[in-house]
Amino acid sequence: MLSILLNINGRDYPLQVESNWTLLYVIRELLRFTGSKYGCGTGDCGACKVLIDGEAKNSCTLLARNMEGKKIVTIEGVSQGGQLHPVQQAFIDAGAIQCGFCTPGMVITSIALLSKSPDPTEDEILEALGNNLCRCSGYKKIVEAIHLAALQMQEKEVVS
Amino acid sequence: MIGQSIPKLDAQALVTGKPVYTDDLAAYHHALIVKILRSPHAHARIRSIDKSHAEKIPGVACILTHEDVPHCRYTNSGESYPEPCPHDRFLLEPVVRYVGDEVAIVAAESEKAAARALELIRVDYEILPAVLDFTNAENNPVLVHAPNEGVFMPDDVGLDCAHNVVSRHKVQKGDLSSALSSSDRVVTGEFFTPPQSHCMMETHRSFCFPDEFGRLTFWTSTQSPFHTRRQTAAALGLPYNRIRVMKPRVGGAFGGKNITVCEPYVGIVTLKTGRPAKMVLTRKETFTATASRHEMRFRITLGASADGTLKAVQVDCLNNTGAYGEDGPAVTMVSAGNMLPMHNRTDAIEFTGTTVYTNLLPGGAMRGYGAAQSTFAIECMMDELADACGIDPIAFRLKNCAKEGDTGGILTTPIRSSSLLRCIARGREMIGWNEKYPVQQLSETRLRAVGMAAATHGSGVQNIGQAAVSIRLEEDGTYLMRSGATDLGTGSDTILTQIAAQVLNCPVSRINTRTADTDGPYDTGAFASCTTYVTGNAVIKAAESFKNRLFTWAGKRMACPPDTLVLLEDRVAMQNDPSRFMELSGIGMATMIGDNAMLEATETYLCTDAPNPFAAGFAEIDLDLETGKIDLHQFVLVVDCGKVINPALARIQAEGGVVQSIGYALYEQPVRDQKGRLITDSFMQYKIPTRLDVRNIRVAFEESSEPTGPFGAKSLGELVIHTPAPAIANALFHATGIKLHELPMTPEKVYRALCARGLNKYPRRVAQEGMH
Repeated sequence: MLSILLNINGRDYPLQVESNWTLLYVIRELLRFTGSKYGCGTGDCGACKVLIDGEAKNSCTLLARNMEGKKIVTIEGVSQGGQLHPVQQAFIDAGAIQCGFCTPGMVITSIALLSKSPDPTEDEILEALGNNLCRCSGYKKIVEAIHLAALQMQEKEVVS
Repeated sequence: MIGQSIPKLDAQALVTGKPVYTDDLAAYHHALIVKILRSPHAHARIRSIDKSHAEKIPGVACILTHEDVPHCRYTNSGESYPEPCPHDRFLLEPVVRYVGDEVAIVAAESEKAAARALELIRVDYEILPAVLDFTNAENNPVLVHAPNEGVFMPDDVGLDCAHNVVSRHKVQKGDLSSALSSSDRVVTGEFFTPPQSHCMMETHRSFCFPDEFGRLTFWTSTQSPFHTRRQTAAALGLPYNRIRVMKPRVGGAFGGKNITVCEPYVGIVTLKTGRPAKMVLTRKETFTATASRHEMRFRITLGASADGTLKAVQVDCLNNTGAYGEDGPAVTMVSAGNMLPMHNRTDAIEFTGTTVYTNLLPGGAMRGYGAAQSTFAIECMMDELADACGIDPIAFRLKNCAKEGDTGGILTTPIRSSSLLRCIARGREMIGWNEKYPVQQLSETRLRAVGMAAATHGSGVQNIGQAAVSIRLEEDGTYLMRSGATDLGTGSDTILTQIAAQVLNCPVSRINTRTADTDGPYDTGAFASCTTYVTGNAVIKAAESFKNRLFTWAGKRMACPPDTLVLLEDRVAMQNDPSRFMELSGIGMATMIGDNAMLEATETYLCTDAPNPFAAGFAEIDLDLETGKIDLHQFVLVVDCGKVINPALARIQAEGGVVQSIGYALYEQPVRDQKGRLITDSFMQYKIPTRLDVRNIRVAFEESSEPTGPFGAKSLGELVIHTPAPAIANALFHATGIKLHELPMTPEKVYRALCARGLNKYPRRVAQEGMH
């Protein structure tokens, strides 16, 4: 067992981990941030994505012990003070949720994309979603949700 | 309420990542980790199992082999009793029948201990010859299930273990041979459709714990809690009242979770240890050891008169159910039953179907359930027949397809609603058929072409699908609605609440909907495109019945006849004098406390009609003559699902079905090695569509009003998967004359077909490189 310190959703967690435990295993089983999902375990489906220093990464293929010193945000840390993140609200408003299992990963990917590219082109969205699988929706409404979120986040910025 | 796109009631929980799926709930318990040791051989007899080394691993709670578990026959299929499914399974047995079959169960305190124990179990196998080609199963000397070993089928439809045959099925109308001999044009073809993996994002998983009475209590990712309870009870030899099955949120299913693949295994661990236990299948296990779409072969002969009137339809279907029978026989039946109604106007129909065992991954329920396969085959043949008659494929379908008012023949119920003709007309316009048919040359090496297909399905299982719904008035005047309906992510909990809110004349927020718990009202489960239609009808029945009871109660207190009352959001009022009313909160409190009259109504609806929804799909493809690659330029689907209850939910489900079918049509290809092992066992090997692969998909609805449906609704979920594959194949046919009768239509297959017709263009780059 190794002693490590992980910063997750703005809080420091001192943890005892095995050297081969993945970040996904630690956040789900030890810390019970169960919003990140196991869909494949091989980094192919994107259901386990979390933000690591602002980048969307598959937590199932990262070792927890390598994550010290990084700012990790899971889906549970995305909404602030009971207020949904605009991307989350857009997924609801656009009707982009079916079974919901891919949704946390999709939201994480979308937040990372919009922080880099506040007004993404269609191609940028398609590229960003290349590593997020969804078997229910046909993706169309997910893309609509990202456009909608971009619009609302820009409007918010103009107002403030 | 009806026709409004209200957001899914669980959307907020899902988008914030709340713990609402099976494994999320299990994370809050100290559950034993259950893993399965699986067979590396397609067919083998187990001589011995040595678990002594594995049992010494610290943290191992139990290791169970066939010697340690009940020996009870069961099927893991989620069909209603008496099911046409062979009870050909034991929880564990000393014979394994496909690569992935269960050999032993390990339960341990940690993943690590369980994984290490799996490695240390020593199994001595006697490897047996295997049946790996389903076209060669019927008279194969190798038998997958030996006769006289007690395999039985509650509804026996031709089980014959001595010939690897699970079922035989026949549907007939008219005199086929005279219809064929009097036809001016006759076409024939042979088709192969591959297995398809469901690839729901949440792999199969189940969590079991003993409740305070020692009952096995499951939170489990299933499509049919009641069937899961029945099959688990059968496997473990327990009475039903010792098992409770609840379904939390499910991360997609598509038929794949209508089998009991985890529950008996975690159940036996909890029984043996008294501990909570959970099993989460890996993605590899979900590919290789659950179920897939049934692999099928069709041989079709069609006849028509010179003017394009369809006269004869002959279909022979061979269905590979794999190592266990499960849904095989029903899938064969439905490949006829949910396809043939489209062609009932013809003089003669003959459908013969055979389901066979092989030593391969079992087939299971999957969206489309045989009809996706048969619709691909028949719709390709219809285009070839239209071509033989020299008639536009749309005109051919308009002439011959099923129409509202059709009855008799092979129809088990009249077609009371159909807007298929409107669907075809609208799709034709949306895709721009008149300008584009049949083909345009985009460049020397690229063709663009259009193709279309029409399809039908059912809504529930006739005379079997049944739903009970219970509605109760709470003390504060809100409602509790309980049902066994099983929302798999489609939004059925939302839709059923909308239907109840319509009848109860209130916003959805007033209704607390609780579903999918075997301690609540019965429901056959979410399969066969049934929930909106069957459970929706039960909701209406229960809500009406509740209103009657409410009005009777209030009428007495208000001294007026019940039929003079109306139900408003929060009160019961007199229709002609709204100032006379009783608040629901007051009624709730009075009836719950001291009145001997809790207001609750439970009603059951049996699906007696299972009406046909319809759809027309139109594909516009770009074909690369250098590579054989088909790019789907656009796809248009126009749907008649009767009245659309929630347009946003209907649209996303339809778009998802189209995309799933595009994968099936173009690149989802399971590959097995020579020993029957499935090689395509990850998302790297088995490609499903990503956002990059599907661009321009448009879905439109042409509503009809189904008189037997809840507010006129019919089914949607499976129908939408039928048309993309044949429409794409027909576009290829129009572009090149290629009759590609085998899915998926990979570049390799298309390129070979182009070469055979001399239509291929050598890749320019290769030609240039060759000159250096």
